[in-house]
Amino acid sequence: MVTLQHYLILSAALFALGVIGVMVRRNLIVVLMSLELMLGGVNLTFVAFSRYLGSIEGQIFVLFVMVVAAAEVAVGLAITVALFREKGTINVNDVNLMKW
Amino acid sequence: METLMFYILAAITLMSAFFVISLSRPVHNVLFMILTMIGLAGLFALLHAEFIAMVQLIVYAGAVMVLFLFVIMLLNLDDLRLPNQPTPVRWLMGAVIALLVVIMLVPVIRALAPTAAPAAAVGVTNTESLATALFTTYLLPFEIASVLLLAAIIGAVILARHKSPED
Repeated sequence: MVTLQHYLILSAALFALGVIGVMVRRNLIVVLMSLELMLGGVNLTFVAFSRYLGSIEGQIFVLFVMVVAAAEVAVGLAITVALFREKGTINVNDVNLMKW
Repeated sequence: METLMFYILAAITLMSAFFVISLSRPVHNVLFMILTMIGLAGLFALLHAEFIAMVQLIVYAGAVMVLFLFVIMLLNLDDLRLPNQPTPVRWLMGAVIALLVVIMLVPVIRALAPTAAPAAAVGVTNTESLATALFTTYLLPFEIASVLLLAAIIGAVILARHKSPED
């Protein structure tokens, strides 16, 4: 029998993998994809709770998370394109003009 | 049967997610991300959320990841191997912090009593119950979401266009 805990542990693991990807990798594309991993884990949490508590609101929120994630990916990739055009690199360590 | 499907899909999703963050060529990362999204869609279908599963396949695996591939191919980022891949020390620090994040979640997960899922509702499809709630109670966030998408489109076009000489 698959309980709610199974799904929650799986989405916690997905979220943790996304956190590792955002913090460790320096390629901007991979950082954006790890961000999507974190959002995917959160989506799984919402849908699992929606199922086990019998309420549809969790899935409504998942729809809105997907909308925001798609918009964020579009803008993030546009920033990547502009960055590559200006500096020729997508290494996040090189984007340090605002570093004090 | 459901338990077996859950473990298979969970294994696929976690393995692909691990490859997403660890491989060195961006194209490989994107391909494994597509596999992760397919695994997640399977998990949504297992949770009787068929509409969400299909939307996940169309939006995430079909649009967002293809957008990633476009950008990688357009800018020829696949050849741009970053020198000195993250050192093992950096991986270890990342793993420790992620472990701390998960440890914070463990008491919450254990506090919930393990129950079986309630019986799936018959007669009302997932799409119908979603639509009933989305277009009555949550109509305003729905309209705001379309304005948000419009803002994102305009922002992405402005950010990524070529600067003409007279700008």
